[in-house]
Amino acid sequence: MTPVFYLLAALALGGGLAAVLLKHLVHCALATTVAFAGLALLFLQLDAQFAGFAQILVYIGAVAILIVFAILLTRGSDLPKDGVFSRSWFIGLVIAAGVFAVLAWAVLESVRAVPQQMAVPVVSVHDIGNALVGRYVLPLEIVALLLTAATIGAVIVAMHEKERRP
Amino acid sequence: MMSMGMTTPLAGYLLVAAMLFAIGLAGALVRRNAILVLIGIELMLNAANLNLIAFWRYGPHPEALTGMMIAIFSIAVAAAEAAVGLGLVIAIHRHTDTTELDKINRMKG
Repeated sequence: MTPVFYLLAALALGGGLAAVLLKHLVHCALATTVAFAGLALLFLQLDAQFAGFAQILVYIGAVAILIVFAILLTRGSDLPKDGVFSRSWFIGLVIAAGVFAVLAWAVLESVRAVPQQMAVPVVSVHDIGNALVGRYVLPLEIVALLLTAATIGAVIVAMHEKERRP
Repeated sequence: MMSMGMTTPLAGYLLVAAMLFAIGLAGALVRRNAILVLIGIELMLNAANLNLIAFWRYGPHPEALTGMMIAIFSIAVAAAEAAVGLGLVIAIHRHTDTTELDKINRMKG
């Protein structure tokens, strides 16, 4: 494990923890952005340059901005009076801890079964482009259709209605 | 030349992904606000992406690009999910004047 890995893991996990724990919704959105950035840097650390930059563009560039817009449009910046955690927060915490325990146990049990060292893969953006329009052209088209449908659907769902409920 | 990624074992990335997944799950389960629940879901999706990329990097055939492609498609689907989810939150806020999930307790619009 290199110091760089520890640093990036701390960035991603710290951002995630802050996003879940902070009271103010705008601070949560900013912490989420930090977590997304840490993950993008981890992707770069894994020699997946294309996925790393796609992560930066899509998550920091689009999803984080969408979250901030949603917070502002729903007046989420006001602090709620009766706390930010739900009444059954303890059960949720127990479930999350249990899921983590099972996952960590599975990872640590299989440490010897999976390869730990591999040569750096030589993959250029040219190869990725060829794969996208060659072997993966059908998923690409389906994702294009999905994104179009999601855009139209989001606009229709959030569109202003004629009459407002009293 | 040795890459820095060479010296970190696969298990390190998998453990970070497991931790991030647990954090996202906890966020989705314990917070009241619907937007925070969506943030938790995004964190869980990101943890899954980290797993996919790590297995692609340490797998026997990285030149086949399978894990990388699934991660890229997953990023695109997550973006669509975020757009629709936040649109729904805004629509619910317009109907009920709240984004607190405890207070949204009826199906009738």
